[in-house]
Amino acid sequence: MTPLRSLSRAMLYGFLRDRMALFFAILFPLMFLVLFGTILANPGTSKSEIIQVGAVPLLDNAPAAREVLEISKADDLAAAQEKVRRGDATAAVRQQGDKLELYYSAADQVRAGTVQGVFGQLVGQANMAGVPQRFTLATEQVEDKSLNTIQYITPGLLAWAISMGAAFGAAATLVTWREKKILRRLRLAPVRTGTIVSARVGVSLAISLLQTAIFLGVASLPVFGLQLSAYWWMAVPLVIAGTLVFMAIGMVAGGLAKSAEGATSVANLIVLPMAFLSGAFFPLDAAPGWLQTLSNIFPMKHMTQGMLDVLVRGQGPASVLPELGIILGFALVIGVAAVLIFRWDDV
Amino acid sequence: MGQTIVVRDLHKRYGDVHAVDGVSFFVEEGEFFGILGPNGAGKTTTLEIIEGLRQADAGTVEVLGLSPWPRNPRLLPRIGVQLQASSFFERLTAREQIRTFASLYGVPPAKADEMLAVVGLEDKAGTRAEQLSGGQSQRLSIACALVHDPEVLFLDEPSAALDPQARRNLWDLLRSINKAGRTVVLTTHYMDEAESLCDRVAIMDNGRILELGPPATLVRGLDSATHISLETGTLALADARELAGPEAAVEDDGVSLKIATHAPATVLTALAERNLLTGIQVRGATLEDVFLNLTGREYRA
Repeated sequence: MTPLRSLSRAMLYGFLRDRMALFFAILFPLMFLVLFGTILANPGTSKSEIIQVGAVPLLDNAPAAREVLEISKADDLAAAQEKVRRGDATAAVRQQGDKLELYYSAADQVRAGTVQGVFGQLVGQANMAGVPQRFTLATEQVEDKSLNTIQYITPGLLAWAISMGAAFGAAATLVTWREKKILRRLRLAPVRTGTIVSARVGVSLAISLLQTAIFLGVASLPVFGLQLSAYWWMAVPLVIAGTLVFMAIGMVAGGLAKSAEGATSVANLIVLPMAFLSGAFFPLDAAPGWLQTLSNIFPMKHMTQGMLDVLVRGQGPASVLPELGIILGFALVIGVAAVLIFRWDDV
Repeated sequence: MGQTIVVRDLHKRYGDVHAVDGVSFFVEEGEFFGILGPNGAGKTTTLEIIEGLRQADAGTVEVLGLSPWPRNPRLLPRIGVQLQASSFFERLTAREQIRTFASLYGVPPAKADEMLAVVGLEDKAGTRAEQLSGGQSQRLSIACALVHDPEVLFLDEPSAALDPQARRNLWDLLRSINKAGRTVVLTTHYMDEAESLCDRVAIMDNGRILELGPPATLVRGLDSATHISLETGTLALADARELAGPEAAVEDDGVSLKIATHAPATVLTALAERNLLTGIQVRGATLEDVFLNLTGREYRA
């Protein structure tokens, strides 16, 4: 067996036999998918509590709405808003002439989304039934309405899962191997550094592609109903490029940290906030402009964007090339930093 | 017989600490060579420079006629290194570990399995390295260092943290490895280990070699007393003083009667005449005494 193959095998076994690592790479992201997918796919199963402030004729005229909404009445808008803020109610609604105002809390995205959908329909139906375009609904849009929930969350969660797997894998391996003097032992064997790095990159890529296959497979189950677009396979180069970036990030974390625990903490500190700020968990469309601009400095933002484009938005293969280029650029820069920080030994 | 390792005037500093301060020695082909000293004496640093893991500030090292620094791919297949920590891949079995290391040297798996048998671990082949006992993992790590049949084997404190039985087993293994014709270099802070295994030892303290030679020669050169001890009550203190002569030191602590003498033959003959040899203990000087003599302080690992 060649050194490359035997080292790759050693790393792969190390990963596959580590229940924790397997859980965080495969099951943990799937749990998120199942959670989001299930809750959001059946929004009508539980009623949402709505506080009606003053008279809202539109709501009174729509008995169908009462099937999904539990409506209580109040006179004071401020008090109602406070209740929503505290999570006692999902939303407060007020009608000012022809304008319907909906106040919801960002804390419960799921219910807020449901309620907005219901009111959106309500207004739509009222407009169809009555004189042309009488009512308007004033809310802040939280997500890209053109996509179903599963369509939106799958690419983001996948990007996050891959980033996490690659970063943690690289960081933990590097530190553990250094701590346990395996790096030192390898240095004493006639094996090239390139071989060791290639083995690690190969194994991380294999794990990422496995994650992708499982993830897309589960999301495509009828329960969740993910519809992949024609050029979904363009996600593969994105996955590969993303893996490289986050491996480099993991290497940097591993180079800075003294212990395996430290390395995973550093990796977590980098990856988790990045996932939020990159729109991997929820869309950035509603975020302030400066945040949307800022998000461009995160490789995960470009990964999520690219994944969305090819997996579900049905854009052509060429459309992700700029994103791919940006991600590879990140990989190169961070990779160079990782090489500079790299240490064979503790001292 | 050629010189396998030649070290000339080695220096290494870490900040203010002069870890290695002018060390010179050579190791003959096929020799079992020990570097002995307390923790912080500079043994490990010296060994790491010879192995090519560290660069010396000054001085030269030649191993098998080659320079170990910078990383020398021509030298690496000819040396085997067992590290202080048991450096194994996580979650691999003993067999997988040694086969992985074997592949790095282009050694076939069958040869790796054979080496596992040499160190007596064939029945532990399917056990993960983490679950091996201290002695077993030490033997596995030696097997991994030997798998490519190196000419020189370096061992850094191989018996640290082993129980006495495991230590004896390890010594037997190391002796047989050396008998097979390999040059072995070992660092240890156990005096008895060096005495029992090594052809020659270098005694180090504070980054310098204090003394170098075969253990027996070093001990003999001491001219120290032989300690004879008998059970208290077998011989009266006064009789013992008379029997041992004026130059001997005699004391009785209530458990043993101890005689320290430079003329052990006379004392032992006298004891034999009185038929008092049963249960007697005779201890000559050890490397510990050499260390004490050289540094003026007790040897403490």
